[in-house]
Amino acid sequence: MTTIDTHGGAPSDGPSMPFAAAVGQWVTSSDHKKIGRLFIGWSLVHAIEVAVLGAILGFERMSPAGLEVIAGDAALQLSWYSRHLLILGLIAPLFLGLAIAVVPLQVGSRAIALPRLAQFGFWSWLFGSGLVFVSILGNGGPGGGSSDMVDLFLLGVGLVTAGLVAGSVSVATTVMTSRAPGMTMDMVPPFSWSALVGSITSILSLPVAIGTVIYLYVDHTAAQAAFGSNKDIEKWIGWVYSEPQTFVFIVMALGVLAEIAPVTARIRQPLRPVVLVGLGLASSAVLGAVTQSSHVLSLDGSASDKISSTLPFLLFNGLPLLGALVSVAVALLALKEGRPSVKASFAFASLGSLMILAGIAGSFVQHIESADIIGTSFGEGVTAYLVYGAVLCALGGITHWAPKLWGVMLDDKKVLGLAGLGLLATVLASLPLYIAGFAGQPAHAAFGFDYDGPVALWNLLAAAGAALMALVVLAFVGLLFAAVRAGAGASDDPWDAQTLEWSVPSPAPADNFAELPQVNSSEPLLDAKPSQEVPA
Amino acid sequence: MSLALPAAPQQQSRRQLLVSTALVAAGLGMLMAGMLAMWMRFRAGAPTRESSDGLYIIKDWLPESIKIPEVAANTMFSTFPFAALMAQWAVYASKRRDAGHRSLALVITFVIGLAIVNAQLAIYMKMDMGLAEGAYQTMFYAITGTMMFLVISGMAFTAVAFFRSVGGRDDDQQLISAHALYWYFLTAAFTAMWFFVYVQK
Repeated sequence: MTTIDTHGGAPSDGPSMPFAAAVGQWVTSSDHKKIGRLFIGWSLVHAIEVAVLGAILGFERMSPAGLEVIAGDAALQLSWYSRHLLILGLIAPLFLGLAIAVVPLQVGSRAIALPRLAQFGFWSWLFGSGLVFVSILGNGGPGGGSSDMVDLFLLGVGLVTAGLVAGSVSVATTVMTSRAPGMTMDMVPPFSWSALVGSITSILSLPVAIGTVIYLYVDHTAAQAAFGSNKDIEKWIGWVYSEPQTFVFIVMALGVLAEIAPVTARIRQPLRPVVLVGLGLASSAVLGAVTQSSHVLSLDGSASDKISSTLPFLLFNGLPLLGALVSVAVALLALKEGRPSVKASFAFASLGSLMILAGIAGSFVQHIESADIIGTSFGEGVTAYLVYGAVLCALGGITHWAPKLWGVMLDDKKVLGLAGLGLLATVLASLPLYIAGFAGQPAHAAFGFDYDGPVALWNLLAAAGAALMALVVLAFVGLLFAAVRAGAGASDDPWDAQTLEWSVPSPAPADNFAELPQVNSSEPLLDAKPSQEVPA
Repeated sequence: MSLALPAAPQQQSRRQLLVSTALVAAGLGMLMAGMLAMWMRFRAGAPTRESSDGLYIIKDWLPESIKIPEVAANTMFSTFPFAALMAQWAVYASKRRDAGHRSLALVITFVIGLAIVNAQLAIYMKMDMGLAEGAYQTMFYAITGTMMFLVISGMAFTAVAFFRSVGGRDDDQQLISAHALYWYFLTAAFTAMWFFVYVQK
C-alpha cells in the first residue's frame, strides 16, 4: 500500500529549511502538487531545448546542399532526438504534470491516488530522459554509430514510457475513485475529464510502445536479426512520435480550454455534456495509435474500394478531428452567451487550441492520397502545430492555476503579450513546413534535397518560429520565477471560478481540503456564491 | 478568503487499489497484445520455400532444428487457471475473515507461480537455443521473458498479500481482490501467448 504526505499544513520548503533537506523533500515527496511541478518544470526545460534544436535544424535545411552545420548522420540523430523531445519529453509529461498537480484539487480529494506510483513515474521518466540524452551525446539513437548507445537509447525510451504510464494510472485512478462525495462522473470538471480520457488512452497505447522497445532492445543487443541495425529501428518506433499517437497527448490541452472558457465567460458552460463527449471523441485517436495506422484515403477503384478506403480513413482521422472541433467550438460558445473578461490564460488556451485544430486538420489532409504530401515536411508541420499549440494551452493552464500551485498571480499584460508571440512562433514554425511539404521537401531530412521554390525562406521562417518559441517559453518561465520570488500573494479565488480547487487557500495546503466538500452540481463554487447571477 | 462549502459525511473507500490494478492489467494486456501482434506479423511475413520433395510449402519462421517442449508448455497452460482459482479462494476466505485459509490459498498461489517459472526455465533448457541465433530466437526470448517478468511480479504481489495476511491484516479484502484480478489477467495473457507462440508457433 502507498503512504501519503500529511505535513501538518505549513509550507515545509520555506526559506529557513537547509538546502539539502529541501532537495531531499522534493526528491521523496508524495505531495501531488510537488510531483506535478517537477514534471512541469522539467518539461519546460525540454521545451526550450527542443525549440533551440528546431531552430538549428531549420537553419541547416536552408540550403538544399546543406550548410553542414551538423555533419553526416548527426543530423538524422538530432532530428530523432527533436521528435523524442517534442512528444515524450515535452507534451506528454507537461500535461501529465499539470493533471497530477491539479486533478486531485479539482475532484475534491485530499491526495492523489497511489502517490508513490506517481512519484515513481516522474523519476522513471526523468532518468529515462537522461539516458536518451546521454545516448544521443554518445552517438546513439536511431541511425547512431554506436550500437551500445543505441541500446541505451532504447532503454531510455522504455523508462520514459513506463514513467508516463505510471503517472497516467495514478491520475485515472484519482478521477475514478477519489472524487468528493456527491460528484458523479458527469460533474467532473472538463480538465479532469480530459485528464481521465487522456490517461486511459495513454495506458492503452504506451504499453504497445514498451512491447516494441522490448523486442527492439533484445534483438538489437543480441543479434540484430529481426529488426535490423541501428538505422532500421526508426521504422519500428516511429509511430510513437507521429500522428495519431500525438493526438492522444493533446486531449488534455483541449481540456484546458474547456476549463478556462466558462470561467472567462462567467457563466455555466452551455451544452457541457457535449464538451465532454467531444473530448472523448478526440481521444478515439487511440484506435489508430494502437493499430499503428492512420489509413490513407484513396478514391481510386470501384465503389466498394472507395467505401472500404473511406470508412477507416474517417474512423482514424475524421473522428479525432470531429471531437476536437466539437469540444473547442462548444467551449467557445460560452463566450457568446456570457459576459467574457479575457485574461492571458484564456488567450493562451484559445490560441493554442486553434493551432491544435490546424494540426489535426493538417493531418486529415495529409492522409488523402491525392494530396501527395505523405512523407514530406508537411507531416513535420502537423507535429509542430500540435506540439507548439499544446504548449500554448499548457502555458495557459499554468497561468490559470499558478495561484493554487505557487500561490502567485502572473502579470496578466505581460503574459498576454507572450500569448501573441507564442501564436506567431507556432505559425512560423509550422505553416512554412506545410508549404514546403506541398513543394516536395522530404520529412526529417536535413540536407540532400531540392525543389522549385524559396527553399531557404521556408526553412528560415520555420527556424525563426522555433527560436521565437524558445524565447516565449524562456520569458514565461522568467515571469513565473519573478512572481514566485516577489511572493505576490494570490487571493483564493482570483478568477471568480466555478470548481472545487478555488475553495481552498492559495497556494493549496498539503492536504488540500480541511473537510471534504459535499458536491451537488458540476459548478459547486457557483452554487456557493449567492450574489453571482447564474443563468438557469 | 475561501468559500465554505458544505462538509460531506465520512467518505467511503472507493476501491483505489482494485481500480488501479484493473488499469495496470489493461495496460499490461495491451503490452502483451502488441507483442503478440508483432509476433504474428513476423510469422506471416516470414519467407516461404518448397520442401526438397516439392510437395510442401515451408515457412522459414521456426527453424527446423528447434523443438518446442510442448508438454511443459501445456502444463503451464493448464496450471495457470489453478493459480487464479487459489487467488479467488483467498478472496472467498478473506470475505469470511478466515485468516488460515486465506494464507494457505496465497501460499499455494505462490507455489504455483514458482512451478510456472520452473516450467518456463525447463522449456528454455530443453530448447537449448542461443539468443543471438536468429530472429525467431530473439523474439521468442523477448515475449516469453516479458511474460515471466509479469508472473514474477504476480508472485511478488502474492508475497506481499501473504505477509500482510499472516501479519493479521483482516481488513485487506481489497488487496486480496486486486491480487486475484491480477492472476486472472495473467491467466488470460498466458492463454493467448500459449496459443500463438506454443500451439501455432
